[in-house]
Amino acid sequence: MLEVKDLHVTVEDKAILKGLNLTVQPGEVHAIMGPNGAGKSTLSAVIAGKDGYEVTQGSILFEGQDVLEMEIEERARAGLLLGFQYPIEIPGVKNIYLLKAALNAAREARGEGEIPAPEFMKLVREKSAEMQMDPSFLQRAVNEGFSGGEKKRNEILQMLVLQPKLAMLDEIDSGLDIDAMKVVAKGVNSLRSADRAILLVTHYQRLLNHIEPDRVHVLVDGRIVKSGDKSLALELEARGYDWVLEESVA
Amino acid sequence: MASEEMEQLVRREYKQGFVTDIESETVPPGLDESVIAFISQKKGEPEWMLEWRLEAYRQWLKMTPPSWAHLDYPPIDYQAISYFSAPKKPEDRPQSLDEVDPKLLETYEKLGIPLHERAALAGVAVDAVFDSVSVTTTFKEKLFEAGVIFCSISEAIRDYPELVRQYLGTVVPRSDNYFAALNSAVFTDGSFVYVPEGVTCPMELSTYFRINAANTGQFERTLIVCDNKAQVSYLEGCTAPQRDENQLHAAVVELVALEDAYIKYSTVQNWYPGDEEGKGGIYNFVTKRGDCRGDRSRISWTQVETGSAITWKYPSCMLRGKESIGEFYSVAVTNGRQQADTGTKMIHIGEGTRSTIVAKGIAAGRSDQSYRGLVKIGPRAKGARNYTQCDSLLIGDQCGAHTFPYQEIGNSSATVEHEATTSKIADDQLFYCRARGIDEEDAVSMIVNGFCKDVFQELPMEFAVEAEALLNVTLEGSVG
Ligand SMILES: Nc1ncnc2c1ncn2[C@@H]1O[C@H](COP(=O)(O)OP(=O)(O)OP(=O)(O)O)[C@@H](O)[C@H]1O
Ligand SMILES: [Mg+2]
Repeated sequence: MLEVKDLHVTVEDKAILKGLNLTVQPGEVHAIMGPNGAGKSTLSAVIAGKDGYEVTQGSILFEGQDVLEMEIEERARAGLLLGFQYPIEIPGVKNIYLLKAALNAAREARGEGEIPAPEFMKLVREKSAEMQMDPSFLQRAVNEGFSGGEKKRNEILQMLVLQPKLAMLDEIDSGLDIDAMKVVAKGVNSLRSADRAILLVTHYQRLLNHIEPDRVHVLVDGRIVKSGDKSLALELEARGYDWVLEESVA
Repeated sequence: MASEEMEQLVRREYKQGFVTDIESETVPPGLDESVIAFISQKKGEPEWMLEWRLEAYRQWLKMTPPSWAHLDYPPIDYQAISYFSAPKKPEDRPQSLDEVDPKLLETYEKLGIPLHERAALAGVAVDAVFDSVSVTTTFKEKLFEAGVIFCSISEAIRDYPELVRQYLGTVVPRSDNYFAALNSAVFTDGSFVYVPEGVTCPMELSTYFRINAANTGQFERTLIVCDNKAQVSYLEGCTAPQRDENQLHAAVVELVALEDAYIKYSTVQNWYPGDEEGKGGIYNFVTKRGDCRGDRSRISWTQVETGSAITWKYPSCMLRGKESIGEFYSVAVTNGRQQADTGTKMIHIGEGTRSTIVAKGIAAGRSDQSYRGLVKIGPRAKGARNYTQCDSLLIGDQCGAHTFPYQEIGNSSATVEHEATTSKIADDQLFYCRARGIDEEDAVSMIVNGFCKDVFQELPMEFAVEAEALLNVTLEGSVG
C-alpha cells in the first residue's frame, strides 16, 4: 500500500531524513517510535505533501502511485490522511463545515455526488458520539478554543468521517488523559480493516497497549534503524533508545 | 432668489464664455456657479436649495483635496467632469451583451445574476422591463400605509422641503471635507427616507429596487431620518460589479437618529475595480456619517467593500444622545491593484455612550489597504465605552495592510479597548485544509469567510449570502 524507498529529505539545506525505507501493507498497523527530533513528524509531513521539505532522493508510492507527483489535496482524496501532532485553529469556520467540504471533495474525486444533508448529519452525529464529543463541537470553529485533548479527538473524528485508506497519526496520544486515550484508541481501532492501514507515531508504549501494532520501527537520525513486532515497543519502554543506537552503529 | 435672477446668473456666466444651453439636457464639462444654477433649475428646486449649493461651492473653492490618505492616484481634473447629464442615449450604449467585457459577464454568471439584469448592469441599452416593477409598487403601498417616506432626494426637495431643509447638511456640514463640499454643490441623485415616530419600517429598504433601471449617480446624496422610537434597515448597493463611465464618485450619506431610534445601514459595494492594470476603475470618495441625536438611539454601519480602484471612506457616528450606541462592522477586500483607505470615527459626546468597531481587511494581489479609526471621547461623555477590533489578513506577499488607530480621550471614566492583528493567510491553515482534501481556492475562501464571520453575521440574511459569493469571486486566482 505504502512504499517509501531510500527517502532523503532536507529542510532549509539541513538533512533530516537520510535514506528511510518503510513498507506498509493493507490491514497493518505500524508504529514509529524514536527520540525527539529524529524526523518522525517530518516523515508524515512529507508523505502528506507539506511545503518546505525537499526530497533530494528516493520515492514514495501509495497504491502504486507516485505520491511526490500529487498535490496535497489529491493525496488526501486518494485516501492518505494525516492526523496532526498540533491541530490548527481556523477561526470562524465551523467544524461541521470543514468536515462536509472535506468529505464532498473526496466523494467528488471518486465520482460520487455530494452527500445528502440528512445522511451527512446522521453520519457526523454518530461519529461524534463514538468519540464522546458533544454535538456542540460540530458547530464550533475548527479547533478554536479546544483543549489539547479535544483537538486530538477532533482529528480522529475527521478520520472516522473521511475513512482514509492510510491514516497517519502523529502523536495522537500526547496530551490525552487516560479516559480520552481509551476513546481515541477505540476510534482508531474502529478504522482497522483488511483494506486499510494505520501509521502511528508515538513516544509511549501506553498507546500501543490499546492499539496493537503489527510492526514497530525505531527512527533515529533520519533512518529506521530497527524494526520488530510489538515486543520491540516494550523493550524500548524498558531500555530507552541507546542500545538500539549502539546496535545499529555496530 | 427669483427664477429670473437665476436665469440671469446662468446667462451672465454664459457671457463670460461659458457655453450653457438651458434647453439642453447636458452641460459641457466644467464647474462654476452657472452650472450649479443649471442643475438646480433642471431639478426644479426651490431657491434656498440653490443658495445652499452655491454656498457649498464657494467653500469648496477654498479647499484642497485631502492628501493624508494612504492612497496614490493622479490628480483629478474637476473641470473635465460633466456635472449634469441626462442618461446616455440608447444608441451610445453597448447594443448587446456581445459588446461588453467578457470578464465582467463571467463575474455576473458566477454571482448568479439573472440574465435580464446582467444587461442593465453592464450598461447595455435595453428596454428595461423588470419583473420588479410590480413588486416595487406593492412595496410603495406598504410603506405609504406605514407613513414611511422613501423617495429620491430630488423628489424630497420638491415634496417635503421642510423636512429636507431641517436635516440636510446637519450631519455632514457642507464644509466638512473637500468631497462633501463638492457633493453639496452638485449632487443630483440619492435617496431620502423618513420614518415617523414609533414606526418600525415594515421592510428592509433597498436602493436596488428603487433605481433598478436608472443609472446610479456620480454625486449621490442620501438622507435618512428616524424619528423618536422609529426603526429602519437600509441596504445600499448590490453585489454585481457595476460599471460606470464616471470615474469619480463622491457620495454623501447622512443619518439622523432621534430618541430611541435605530438605523441599520448596510452596504455591499462592488464598483468596477478596473482591468488588471487598474484602468477604468472607479474612484470612490464617500462621506458617511450618522448622528445619534436622541438619547438611547443607535446607528449601525455594516459594509462589505470589494470594488473600486480607489476607496476612501469612513462611516462615522456622532454619539450625542445619552447612552446612544454606534457600531461599525466592515469587511474590505482588495485584490489586483486596488487601493483602499477606510475606517470609522466614533465621536462620544453624550454620557454613557458606547461604540463597537469590528474592521476586517483582506489584501491580496498587489493591492494596498489601510484602516484608519478615530475614537474620540469628549469631556462630557462620562462612562463612555469603545471596543475596537481590527484584523488584517494578507494573501500573498505583494500586498500591504496598514492600521492607523487614533484615540483622543478627554474623560478618565471612559473605557477604550483596542485589539489589532495582522496575519498572513497562514500556510499551516491552508495545509490543514488541503490535507483534508479541500482544494486550495476553496480552502482560501473558507478561511477568509471564517475571518469575516463577525461582520457577515451583522448583514441582513440575503445580503450575507451574496457577500460570501462576492468575496470568493473577488479573491479568485489570488493564490497559487
Ligand atoms: N521547518 C523546519 N525548519 C528547520 N528545521 C526543521 C523544520 N522542520 C523540522 N526541522 C528539524 O528537523 C528535525 C526533525 O523534526 P521532526 O519534527 O520530524 O522530529 P520528530 O521526530 O517528530 O520529533 P518529536 O518527537 O519531538 O516530535 C528536528 O531537528 C527539527 O528541528
Ligand atoms: Mg514530531
